[in-house]
Amino acid sequence: MPAVSKGDGMRGLAVFISDIRNCKSKEAEIKRINKELANIRSKFKGDKALDGYSKKKYVCKLLFIFLLGHDIDFGHMEAVNLLSSNKYTEKQIGYLFISVLVNSNSELIRLINNAIKNDLSSRNPTFMCLALHCIANVGSREMAEAFASEIPRILVAGDTMDSVKQSAALCLLRLYKTSPDLVLMGEWTSRVVHLLNDQHMGVVTAAISLITCLSQKNPDEFKTCVSLAVSRLSRIVSSASTDLQDYTYYFVPAPWLSCKLLRLLQCYPPPEDGAVKGRLVECLETILNKAQEPPKSKKVQHSNAKNAILFEAISLIIHYDSEPNLLVRACNQLGQFLQHRETNLRYLALESMCTLASSEFSHEAVKTHIETVINALKTERDVSVRQRAADLLYAMCDRSNAKQIVAEMLSYLETADYSIREEMVLKVAILAEKYAVDYSWYVDTILNLIRIAGDYVSEEVWYRVIQIVINRDDVQGYAAKTVFEALQAPACHENMVKVGGYILGEFGNLIAGDPRSSPLVQFNLLHSKFHLCSVPTRALLLSAYIKFINLFPETKATIQEVLRCDSQIRNSDVELQQRAVEYLKLSSIASTDVLATVLEEMPPFPERESSILAKLKKKKGPGAVSVTELEDNKREGGELNGGADRGPDTAAMAASNASTPSPSADLLGIRSSAPVGAAPTSAGNLLVDVFSEAGPAAPSAAVNDDGFLRDLEQPTETSDSLLVEGSGDSDSAPPSEDPAPPLSEADELLNKFVCKNNGVLFENQLLQIGIKSEYRQNLGRMYLFYGNKTSVQFASFTTTVSCPGELQSQLNVQTKPVEPLVEGGAQIQQVLNIECLTDFSDAPLLNIKFRYGGALQNLTLKLPVTINKFFQPTEMASNDFFQRWKQLSQPQQEAQKIFKANHSMDTEVLKAKLLGLGTALLDNVDPNPENYVCAGVIQTKGQQVGCLLRLEPNAQAQMYRLTLRCSKDSVSRRLCELLAEQF
Amino acid sequence: MIKFVLMVNRQGQTRLSRYYESVELNRRAALEADVVRCCLSRKKDQCSFVEYKDFRLVYRQYAALYIVVGVTDSENELSIYELVHNFVEVLDKYFSRVSELDIMFNLDRVHVILDEMIQNGHIVETNKSRILAPLTAIDKMADG
Repeated sequence: MPAVSKGDGMRGLAVFISDIRNCKSKEAEIKRINKELANIRSKFKGDKALDGYSKKKYVCKLLFIFLLGHDIDFGHMEAVNLLSSNKYTEKQIGYLFISVLVNSNSELIRLINNAIKNDLSSRNPTFMCLALHCIANVGSREMAEAFASEIPRILVAGDTMDSVKQSAALCLLRLYKTSPDLVLMGEWTSRVVHLLNDQHMGVVTAAISLITCLSQKNPDEFKTCVSLAVSRLSRIVSSASTDLQDYTYYFVPAPWLSCKLLRLLQCYPPPEDGAVKGRLVECLETILNKAQEPPKSKKVQHSNAKNAILFEAISLIIHYDSEPNLLVRACNQLGQFLQHRETNLRYLALESMCTLASSEFSHEAVKTHIETVINALKTERDVSVRQRAADLLYAMCDRSNAKQIVAEMLSYLETADYSIREEMVLKVAILAEKYAVDYSWYVDTILNLIRIAGDYVSEEVWYRVIQIVINRDDVQGYAAKTVFEALQAPACHENMVKVGGYILGEFGNLIAGDPRSSPLVQFNLLHSKFHLCSVPTRALLLSAYIKFINLFPETKATIQEVLRCDSQIRNSDVELQQRAVEYLKLSSIASTDVLATVLEEMPPFPERESSILAKLKKKKGPGAVSVTELEDNKREGGELNGGADRGPDTAAMAASNASTPSPSADLLGIRSSAPVGAAPTSAGNLLVDVFSEAGPAAPSAAVNDDGFLRDLEQPTETSDSLLVEGSGDSDSAPPSEDPAPPLSEADELLNKFVCKNNGVLFENQLLQIGIKSEYRQNLGRMYLFYGNKTSVQFASFTTTVSCPGELQSQLNVQTKPVEPLVEGGAQIQQVLNIECLTDFSDAPLLNIKFRYGGALQNLTLKLPVTINKFFQPTEMASNDFFQRWKQLSQPQQEAQKIFKANHSMDTEVLKAKLLGLGTALLDNVDPNPENYVCAGVIQTKGQQVGCLLRLEPNAQAQMYRLTLRCSKDSVSRRLCELLAEQF
Repeated sequence: MIKFVLMVNRQGQTRLSRYYESVELNRRAALEADVVRCCLSRKKDQCSFVEYKDFRLVYRQYAALYIVVGVTDSENELSIYELVHNFVEVLDKYFSRVSELDIMFNLDRVHVILDEMIQNGHIVETNKSRILAPLTAIDKMADG
């Protein structure tokens, strides 16, 4: 037998393991295992009582079998029996089995708890450790209930052995994570923090994990740990390499402990106490200095341990972001690592520098390494390192180096790994837009992008270039010329054809003067690509053709000929056929004027966040795009920021959904190809609702779609606009009574509208009030439709919107007075413009007064304007979500409610409600697929409030647990209140 | 936080696995296979840290044996990388020149050692003699 086990070796086990090793095939192995399982089963069931040794042996075999990947469904009882053995090895195997094969069988848990209780009171430190360890591993609710009060006592008791303290610290951490309500730290806080002073380094190492977790949850209560951590760190850093004896690892004193201390400090801002801060800065400087000293050992372990501390120190420096001197030193140090021969160091240095690039103090210093980073992008042999280099280039990019970086990224794209191409494309597109001074450069870059990596250019990217060209008339001619040239290539990517078709359809006239790009040449060029393209692209080209007929009457005959041929007008694809038929008809019956009106140039797109940025955020974790970047982008590229996924097709969508189909319906040609309608809350869709369903009073033509909310942004202070405020009753209101108090069901009515924007708000025998509303950023527009259900005229009809109390300073609602007469059976409309100044909890009140047959009617409702209406959905990846979730860990930032389900718990219903809420519903984020998580940003005039939501349904109990974490505590509370009524 | 520690050989056989977050048995096999494939396919000059789903793998190779540690981003990669080495050195000290067979035949003891070093996904002890203290105590009892 090749190897023998140590100590009181179990021969039978060794034989079994050898047998398994000798198995020639998987089948043989399974056969051997089944034989053994049968054997163990019979032993356990046998009449003869087994001794401790045999039980241990068989349980150990079961463990081994489990490790080979086989499920074990028996032996738990025998393992529990082992717990009460007095022999350490038997007890240990018992505990190991239970720890590894966690089972929530409650009967067993009771037995296990009993054994644990005995061991905890045994005062035998090794037994106590095993027991604590078991609690830490299983961590079930029952265990927490049984031991949560006991553990802190063990942890801080003066006579507890060091090893027991270590296990107790980790045990408590586990219980705190699983059942925080049962772990009451109050009286223990200070003594736990003082474990940082424990003379035993192992205890400190264990305690830091606990303290770090507690500090993240209750930063204020634990903030004394900062000064203790600093002094501990200072003692370690300044100690000679031999002082700490066994905690010195390859001449580095306590590297793991140092890293953990530095991590703990990252839970807090820089120390306020000058002395503590001075001492900490000294430590950080010492660590940076040590990196420059000659190594005390040539072993890689020495330098790794030293650098582990160094990287952690740099993370802390970046976290503080307040010491320019240290930041620049950190940057220089990382710069050295960029050229180190160890791949691991280059990787970490690139990653660390990426965060350093966003600090204003070190941004310039990071930029000096541009050549090295570009070189890394070109020469690194490991794709993950190249990826980091690309991330860093993206992070260090600014106006001064954008052209160089974009050029390098473009040239790297030609050979880039397939796995990172799409992300690279997005990054190039964003940088090109963000730092474009000269828009011809931007157009060139994007067209290059399509040429080099067309397959990876997502729709967002080419929508975006079109939006920008349309919004900037100085680049339109250049864009037309450039796409025309790009289309000359014999094989060009379909995305190029799309951009080309669109741009020439809009701006082809700008280059038509040159005989080399005369209208017919342009048309023939586009049409030469037609047959190779997919249906959506062909649809887009057909729209371009009809625009050509408008732009260039001389092409009319040729184009009509094309439209008339069977392959178009009888195309098997309905969309293409319809376009061909309608365009042909339109071109033959409409007069030039009508044609010119229908095919008028696209209006500029409204400003919104770049959808490309949103896409990148979705793809990548936090490293890729930070919130500040997003804001930068808004500031710098403001005038270009139209949103592809919502804005551009509003006109098309609206028209195409109108009752009489107009051929201008989808001039954009996007309808059939773009996923624009995907988001049910899309502004485009809503607007359509307003058009198509509004009652006779809705003057659809009066609403200018693209500038839907624009007038809101510059509120006109004309005399007739009534700024409605608290008591601002209009003087023309003849019924002089005070407004009635809100109806008793006002809150209920309000709750109906939390997750939807349209519907009937109120109805009684006389009056029906319908609502349609739309929100964008911090602005909203609400249409109120007052319908007279009787056949008698309402007289002196007045409506007043008021913002009671503090709402007055939180919400700005403007409207105009309505007509005082509402004929029987008629409906009148009122438009409210709403601006959210800051977050709010109350709802504005709507008071309606009118005379019906002489009797005064007076009723007050709550308008369904709730804080969630100002949500902008935020897509993010799982790690990003949880990182933010952790960042919002102050107790007041969280609001939680557990409540009984009042409505259907059907998945689709829940999803629809959560989407209606206005947040993004994130898939594949929560480890439990039953749960829902959402993210969004509430836009107010003054600030943006980030909100994360988690809804955990329990179908069996018909209950929910709802948790909200927002950067502002009042928002968490309000949202929690509102939402608890929705499910 | 440390999510798991795996020891696998070049053939992809798991020799030791310890999870600090509960993972169902059927998902463990798939996870291990995937993680191993990911690490085995990498060359010597590639970096020892791999982004894997929403966490990271830190791995180190000893002859035919790979030790792979899954960590969240709250851990310092280099310190985990050296923790692995420290673990191997402890095994080496205890088994005097540890081999894959030692690990197979003394799984319980390897677990004791690992449990002394990492509890609940957190590093608790790095001092070699203290890590080995419980085992040396038992061995003494057995000898005596």
